[in-house]
Amino acid sequence: MNREIIKFLLLVVVVLVAPLSVSEGYLLNVLVFVGIHTMLALALNLLLGYAGQISLGHAGFFGLGAYISGVLTANHGIDPWLAMAIAATTVTLMAFLVGFPILKLKGHYLAMATLGLGIIIYIVFNEAVDQTGGPSGLSGIPNLSIAGITFDSDIKNYYLIWTATLICMGLALNLVHSRIGRALRAIHDSEVAARVMGVNARLLKVQIFALSAGISAVAGSLYAHTMTFIAPASFGFNFSVELVTMVIIGGLASIYGSLLGAALLTVLPEILRTFQDFDIVVYGLLLIIMTMYMPGGLVQGIPALLSSIWGKLKRSPAAHA
Amino acid sequence: MELSDQIAQYLVSGLSTGAIYALIGIGFAIIYNTTEIINFAQGELVMLGGMFTLFFLNVCKLPLPLAIILAVAAATAAGILFERLTIRPLKSPTPLSLIIITIGGSILIRGIAMLVWGKDTHALPSFSGSEPLMIGSATILPQNLWIFGLTAIAIIGNKLFFQYSITGKAMRACAANRRAAGLVGIDVRRMVMFSFAISATLGSLAGIIVAPLTMTSYDVGIMLGLKGFCAAIIGGLSGGVGTVLGGLLLGILESLGAGLVSSGYKDAIAFIILLLILVIRPQGLFGRAQTERV
Repeated sequence: MNREIIKFLLLVVVVLVAPLSVSEGYLLNVLVFVGIHTMLALALNLLLGYAGQISLGHAGFFGLGAYISGVLTANHGIDPWLAMAIAATTVTLMAFLVGFPILKLKGHYLAMATLGLGIIIYIVFNEAVDQTGGPSGLSGIPNLSIAGITFDSDIKNYYLIWTATLICMGLALNLVHSRIGRALRAIHDSEVAARVMGVNARLLKVQIFALSAGISAVAGSLYAHTMTFIAPASFGFNFSVELVTMVIIGGLASIYGSLLGAALLTVLPEILRTFQDFDIVVYGLLLIIMTMYMPGGLVQGIPALLSSIWGKLKRSPAAHA
Repeated sequence: MELSDQIAQYLVSGLSTGAIYALIGIGFAIIYNTTEIINFAQGELVMLGGMFTLFFLNVCKLPLPLAIILAVAAATAAGILFERLTIRPLKSPTPLSLIIITIGGSILIRGIAMLVWGKDTHALPSFSGSEPLMIGSATILPQNLWIFGLTAIAIIGNKLFFQYSITGKAMRACAANRRAAGLVGIDVRRMVMFSFAISATLGSLAGIIVAPLTMTSYDVGIMLGLKGFCAAIIGGLSGGVGTVLGGLLLGILESLGAGLVSSGYKDAIAFIILLLILVIRPQGLFGRAQTERV
C-alpha cells in the first residue's frame, strides 16, 4: 500500500508542475479535457473493468450532469456549486433506481439497454428546446467561484478540474483496494461464486452503477461550468463509445489505465486533426487491435511488451556466449 | 384530413419502415442464433448497401437493377470479410470482447465510408417513379410497394432456405447446439461465416430499398441498426415471424407516435419500447419462454 501512496503522490507532483511546461491556451485546454475525460473513464472503469458490467450510455449521465447544472444556473440563477450538488445527487439517485431493473440484464442485453437509455437522454437534450436550447446548445453558464476566485481562465480551470480528478482517483484507489473492490472483482469473475461467498451482487452492482453515474455527472457539471456552453452533440452515442475505448485502451480494472486511456484518446485526435476525419478510423482500428492483441490494455501491454523485448535482448548475447 | 384518414396514412408509412426494421432485425437474429454474438456492425452493412448502390449507379454508370445486385453482393462480401478479420481471429471470445470488437468494426466501416464517400447525404432514385397511388383514403408511393414486395420475398426466401436447404439445416443445427453440430461433421466456422453473409445480404437489401425514401449517408447505419435490433428483441431474437411482427409493430408505433404525439421524440419511442421489453419480457413479445438457443 505504501508504494501505492508514493505512486499517487508522484502523480500529484506531475499534475502540479505540468502547466509550467505548457503555455496558456490551446495545449492547456487539452490538458483540462484530459482531466475531465479521466474522471469519466475512471467512473466507467469502476463499472466495466472492476464489476464487469458494460455501459454504452455513460455520455448520457455526463450530459445530464452538464445540463442539470447548466439549466439551473443559466436559466434559473441558482448558485453553481448548489447546482453541481443537485446534479450529482439527482443523477446518482436516478441511476440507482434505473439500475435495479437494468443491471439484471447481462452481456449484450445490458449493452443495448444502457445504449438505449443514453440515446433517450440525448434525444431529450435535443427536444426540450425551451430549457436546453435544443440542438443549438445552451450558453451563458456561469463559472464556478470560491473565496473570491472565479475559475474563468485556462490555468484556473486546469487546477480546478485536476483537483477534482485527483480526488476521484484517490477515492477510486481506496475503493478498489477495499472489501468492496474485492467483491466487485469477484462479481466480474463469477457472479454466482460471489453470491455463494455472501456478496450481495445485485445491490453492489446497482450501487457501483449509481456511483459511476454520479461521478460522471460531477464531471459533466464541471465541464458545463468551465466551458460555459454546452450542446447535445457532446453527449451522444459516439462519446459513450469513446469512453469505452478509453477504458479498454488504458486497461480494464486499472485506475492509472483510465488516466492513460483518457490522455491518449484526448491527445490523439488533436494530433490526427492534421489528417482530418481520420480519427474515427483510428478509433475503430484501435478498438479491434487492442481487444485482439492487448486485452489488458496499455497498462499491462506496455510492460509486457518491454519485458519480452528485454528478455530477448538479455537472452541473445547469452545464447552466443 | 379526417383523423381516420391520417391514421390510415401513418399505418401505411409505419408498415413500410417496419418492414425495413424487420429485415435488419432478422439479420441480428441469424447471427445471434448461430454465434451468440450481437453484431453491432449490422447497421453499417445496411449503410453499405445504400452507398454501394450509389457508387455503382453514379460512378460506374450501371443501370439500377444491376447496381442493386452488385451492391448486395459487395455488402455481402464486406460482411464475410468483417467476420474473417474481426470475429474469427479472436482467441478467447467473451461477451464483452465481442461487443467491443463489433463496435470497433462498426466505427471502422463508418469511418472508411466517410473517407471514401464524404459526409453528404445522397438520394437514390425511386425504383419506379414517385407518382403516389391511392389506396382507400391513404396515398402510397410505388417505393413503399417495392419495400413490401421485396421484404416479403426476402423473408420467404430466408424461411425456405433454413427449412429445406442442407446448408440452412446445418445452420439450424449450429443454432441448437454448436458442439453437437461440430461432432456430426458440420463445419461450424463455415456456418458462422454464412450467418454473417446472409445477415449482410438482408441488411444491405434493407438499406437499398429504403434509401429512395429516407436518403442515405455514411452514418445512417447507427439508427437503422439499432431499430433493427429493437425489432429483433421484440420478436425474441427468433429470426422468423416474431421479428417480422416486431419490426412492423415498431414501425407502426413510431409512425403513430411521430404523427400524433411528437415527431422530435420519434426515435425515443423505439428505445423506450426496447428498454421496456428488455426489462419486463426479455424473451420478447412473441418469443417462447425458452428462446431457441444453447
